[in-house]
Amino acid sequence: MLTGSTIVLASFAYVGLLFAIAYYGDKRADAGRSIIANPYIYALSLAVYCTSWTFYGSVGRAATSGIGFLPIYLGPTLMAALWWYVMLKIIRISKANRITSIADFIASRYGKSHMLGGLVTIIAVIGVVPYIALQLKAISTSFSIILKYPEVVMPDKAGAPLFLGDNTFYIAMLLAAFTILFGTRHLDATERHEGLVAAIAFESVVKLLAFMAVGLFVTFGMYGGFTDIFDRATEIPHLTALLMLGGESGNYTTWASLTFLSMLAIMFLPRQFQVAVVENVDERHLNKAIWLFPLYLLAINVFVLPIALGGLMHFPNGGVDADTFVLTLPMAQQQPLLALLAFIGGLSAATGMVIVETIALSTMACNDLVMPVLLRMKWLRLNEQPDLSRLLLGIRRGAIVVILVLGYIYFYLAGEAYALVSIGLISFSAVAQFGPAIIGGIFWKGGTRTGAAWGLSAGFLVWLYTLLLPSFAKSGWLPITFLSQGMFGIDLLKPQQLFGLHGLDDITHCLFWSMLANIGCYAGISLLQRSSAAEHSQATLFVDVLKQSSAAAGSRFWRGSASVDDLLALLSRFLGPERARDAFTVYAGSRGGKTLQALAADADLVHYAESLLAGTIGSASARAMIASVVREEPLGIDEVMTIIDEASQVLAYSRQLEQKSHELESATNELRSANQRLQELDRLKDDFISTVTHELRTPLTSIRAFSEILNDNPQLDPAQRSKFLGIVIKESERLTRLINQVLDLAKIESGSAEWHSGDIDMREVLEDSVTAVSQIFRDQNVMLNINVPEALPLIAADRDRLMQVMLNLLSNAAKFCERPDGRVNVTLAQEDGTLRVDVADNGIGISPADQEIIFDKFRQVGDTLTQKPKGSGLGLAISREIISHFGGRLWVTSAVGTGSTFSFTLPIKAGSKFQVSNQSAKSKPGRIST
Amino acid sequence: MKPETRNPKRVLIAEDEPSIVLSLEFLLKGAGYDVTVATDGNQAQHLAESLIPDLIVLDIMLPLLDGFEVCRRIRKNKKLGHAKILMLTARGHESAVKKSLMLGADAYMTKPFSTRELVGTIAELLAP
Repeated sequence: MLTGSTIVLASFAYVGLLFAIAYYGDKRADAGRSIIANPYIYALSLAVYCTSWTFYGSVGRAATSGIGFLPIYLGPTLMAALWWYVMLKIIRISKANRITSIADFIASRYGKSHMLGGLVTIIAVIGVVPYIALQLKAISTSFSIILKYPEVVMPDKAGAPLFLGDNTFYIAMLLAAFTILFGTRHLDATERHEGLVAAIAFESVVKLLAFMAVGLFVTFGMYGGFTDIFDRATEIPHLTALLMLGGESGNYTTWASLTFLSMLAIMFLPRQFQVAVVENVDERHLNKAIWLFPLYLLAINVFVLPIALGGLMHFPNGGVDADTFVLTLPMAQQQPLLALLAFIGGLSAATGMVIVETIALSTMACNDLVMPVLLRMKWLRLNEQPDLSRLLLGIRRGAIVVILVLGYIYFYLAGEAYALVSIGLISFSAVAQFGPAIIGGIFWKGGTRTGAAWGLSAGFLVWLYTLLLPSFAKSGWLPITFLSQGMFGIDLLKPQQLFGLHGLDDITHCLFWSMLANIGCYAGISLLQRSSAAEHSQATLFVDVLKQSSAAAGSRFWRGSASVDDLLALLSRFLGPERARDAFTVYAGSRGGKTLQALAADADLVHYAESLLAGTIGSASARAMIASVVREEPLGIDEVMTIIDEASQVLAYSRQLEQKSHELESATNELRSANQRLQELDRLKDDFISTVTHELRTPLTSIRAFSEILNDNPQLDPAQRSKFLGIVIKESERLTRLINQVLDLAKIESGSAEWHSGDIDMREVLEDSVTAVSQIFRDQNVMLNINVPEALPLIAADRDRLMQVMLNLLSNAAKFCERPDGRVNVTLAQEDGTLRVDVADNGIGISPADQEIIFDKFRQVGDTLTQKPKGSGLGLAISREIISHFGGRLWVTSAVGTGSTFSFTLPIKAGSKFQVSNQSAKSKPGRIST
Repeated sequence: MKPETRNPKRVLIAEDEPSIVLSLEFLLKGAGYDVTVATDGNQAQHLAESLIPDLIVLDIMLPLLDGFEVCRRIRKNKKLGHAKILMLTARGHESAVKKSLMLGADAYMTKPFSTRELVGTIAELLAP
């Protein structure tokens, strides 16, 4: 009944059903009514973790290791408990940065590095190829077995011809075709495949049902239930061992390392990242997935042990490969439908894995490996191509084919040597190398690109050496001495006992060394280095993603100028014109209902465009493309602060400048007035000098003239001789007087005169001065009176100078007196803490206009008279200077026709004693006879 | 009789300092001139206009009207066109000299002067 054609037909029908579901899913998604926006669908899609390894391999493992098959399911269960934090962070980061693959994630975190992206892609491809080979082996083996129905015969292990003669090759090519059809019909900026997710969810249900059907059949159909199976198993000694921990089932180290590995695998297998992160539509779905997924795992593992035990009991002596029990047991029990269901279930598990995994890998290969290299090759002039979407699709399809061919080749080379599970664990160990870089990347800002690169490379190389190459050696493709004696015959370099570490199983051994190398290099080099600015901004974005609002995250560290048209053109090249326009229209609509025309090329739009592009060609390439159309001006908070600083500096400077110009103005004004004063003084000085010159020359003229006359006229009569000589003498005296006065005044004014202050009795001074001028007064017939009190305090002054003043005043008074009947009165009195002296004459008086100018130098009253008065004109000026010097005042009171009174005051010396005179206070007439 | 051919020549002295007047009088009278004295500027101008002297010895520092002004007025007077003016002053400033010559003085002498020089210059000025 189960003919080959039936089986093939059933297979194609099933795949066709998957297609239909996928198609429907995509259509609904395009219409906006997604069918996968559902936490149950999300959780089911995560079950793509369970491949033919789960379907067939677990039973096979259970048959040899008992419950030792469990650890790889313990890991995900434990990890799921942490998802609410770790997975949430990863999902949010990925959405914010439009990350579309693991390679993209790592590249983006470490400064959008092309190099890292490429490295991760290579590791992923090489690491996952064995896993794909495993699926191929499962399909081909199960197909070969079911073909032989109702006989249960193991497939011929003799070497099948490579490629064209090998069924497996065709299976691989078919899978490639399916994958291409499922995943590369168009390019989506978000790399989401809604239809695919729907199909995968369906597939998860199918394999679960199929497995459970077989399980139920074995447990309750072939035996009497769980207790029945276990009771029977315990009767067989070697089976009992399987039921116990330790021993066959593996020791604690093995369990620990397997659990650890699977914890990493559930996150970092490319297909897991694809369905869990990239395909996630709503992060709230995580909440359900956290318990739904472990539930699924439980459900699918419930019957593993019963089936294994059943198979072991049913097929004794190891004639049937335990990996095939799920299929062979129904076959052996003549259950064609069940067998077919089992086969379909296994096929489902395998195809699901291959399709999703290969799509994920091809995306990475295209975005992070091939495109960066092509973009770098400027001679290809990719920048000028208007539509690159076809090229991108082509690259992806090519990648899918290549990956499947590689899978086939690995299967051919190494597939026979291992049990399914062992092959799978090799892949787990490879993708575990992503762990440090990613976990470190989302929790530690200090991780640098170089550190991650070295960590990844070191871990990968160790994995290569301790697991992958040995797998070739065990299949005979490398000399076995490689394993037993180490590379180059060095004992310490034995791949599975590196540096003498033995006693560990292969997987644990590899895990130990690879993690050591990986984490050591990653942490060590990152600590030694400082991250670049780009890395640091990305690190902050990643590590702090849960703290920030997502909207502003990307555009914060960027500023530039671009045009909407340029961005649209760029996007059209990669997404196709229609999709690009749609994307922009959606964006415009979300920004307050604007139209595409009204869109402004601001930082947010550029960031949006970059994200879209990243979804198609990876974030590193997107960065490069955006940079090529946009003039970038990275603006950090420092720059803003600098600009503000500069602005305030300019303000302060201009204020300073204003202030300085004010100061300059006032200084200039001061200077101007000072200059004016100086010029005036200069003029005064000039006047003074010319006046002095004139005054000095005048007597000199007479002296010279008469001297010459006397000399030239010896015969002059004696009377004339006497007269002329008299003039010479008089003028000489006048000259001398004048010179002395000028010098005196100059000295007083310049402050270099000598003052000999002492205690002065003013009465004495008055009396002495009166005595000195008495002859002049007698000559001129003028009466002189003096009036002094008895007791008078002393003053501090220079006696000679006071005499000078008195003589000046007295001689002036004599000059200006009315003749005849001239009278001069001298009075001395005490007044308000000062002594006052008055010299009053009854002369012609001085007009008010003249009253001030007489104190000027060389000014004499008498310029206006026909009679030039005697004297130099400096006397009063000098007297005033003298009185001022001692703190007093000299002034005149006069009216024309009534005479003049010259008065001066001098301050009394503080605490001076009274001098009592022995003369009476009466008016004492001068010794001038009337 | 024409002033030019008058003999003795008439000289007007305008000087306010008495001793200097005395010395000038002695010198010029001794030289045989007919000497008149004015002691202020106004007087000098009037006497010049009335006497029509042949030479005027003019001090700059004169009361009431200074020598420069007297000079200017004399030079305006056509009748005194032939009269020589000798400026005599204690001010030796270059500007005073220039001003005198600009105003029409024929000679300038600073005080104190040499009596021989004075008499000699006057003789030159009055030479026919």
